[in-house]
Amino acid sequence: MEFNENFIFGCSAIGAGLAVIAGIGPGVGQGIAAGHGAAAVGRNPGAKGDIMSTMLLGQAVAETTGLYGLLVAMLLMFVKPFV
Amino acid sequence: MGYGLLLSADNIDFMVHGLVEYSFFGHKVYITNTHVSILIVMLILMVFSVIAGRGFTKALKEEKFAPQSGFMNGVELLVEFLMNTVKGGMGKSAPIFFNYIATLFCFILLSNISGLLGLRPPTADYGVTLPLALITFTIIHYSEVRFNKPAQLWKDKCSPLPPWLPIWLPINIISDIAVPISLSLRLFANVLSGTVMMALIYGLLGWIATGWPAALHVYFDLFSGAIQTYVFCMLTMTYISSARGEN
Repeated sequence: MEFNENFIFGCSAIGAGLAVIAGIGPGVGQGIAAGHGAAAVGRNPGAKGDIMSTMLLGQAVAETTGLYGLLVAMLLMFVKPFV
Repeated sequence: MGYGLLLSADNIDFMVHGLVEYSFFGHKVYITNTHVSILIVMLILMVFSVIAGRGFTKALKEEKFAPQSGFMNGVELLVEFLMNTVKGGMGKSAPIFFNYIATLFCFILLSNISGLLGLRPPTADYGVTLPLALITFTIIHYSEVRFNKPAQLWKDKCSPLPPWLPIWLPINIISDIAVPISLSLRLFANVLSGTVMMALIYGLLGWIATGWPAALHVYFDLFSGAIQTYVFCMLTMTYISSARGEN
């Protein structure tokens, strides 16, 4: 069965949209990290600097999986491996 | 053939372009805009470091140990910040790796914020971030082999299970190989997403995008770039110092 270019590109676009759903996980994770960071600053305001840097580091690492989804979406949209 | 608004607008530009084509052992290769922006970044860093080094030698010669100008004050602030970061991340082996980490930090930071200068950030090219991560990977495994006995290394690689049952070995090796990939992809994807976002805003909105995208530049270029620089250096330090067995 033959598919034309537009059909495949449309399917790629749907796939790109689905791939970006990967952003949900890091969003939840970063929110949890930020919430616990805020709680920690509330308990111990003196350690604000350390808490901030640890929190940002953890959030940036947690962001990676979401970025993988974004990367797949970008590959599907702009590099067009299947067209 | 049009693929809709996004791809038919031809003033959206965030790809790597070849500028000069030449032949390298029969392969067609290009000087791309990544090379151009990386050279500009390196030029800025070189001029900066030459001026800063002159200032320090002059201060040493005249035995004036308080910073003489605003610029030298800024340089001292930067060096002190980097020194504290490296000391906090690596402890005892900080003096050995201070030069490497500080160079990495300055280069990645300037690359990430070079979008503000109108360049395409060099770190938005996977060919730049992967070598950076591979240098780290080499240092990690060199340190691991040098500072651990072979028996200890084998035990570490089979780690959750006892050394005579190496079922976990392949999984540990895969997780070792994943380190440079995730390190480079994290930096690359963050900077690339910022670049693409700004290109879409400028390309699709036209004259509406005047003035207010400055706020987005602050987030995508400055904040995100600085955080990713810090994360890259922090993870490099953590991996190296754990390979050297100092934690």
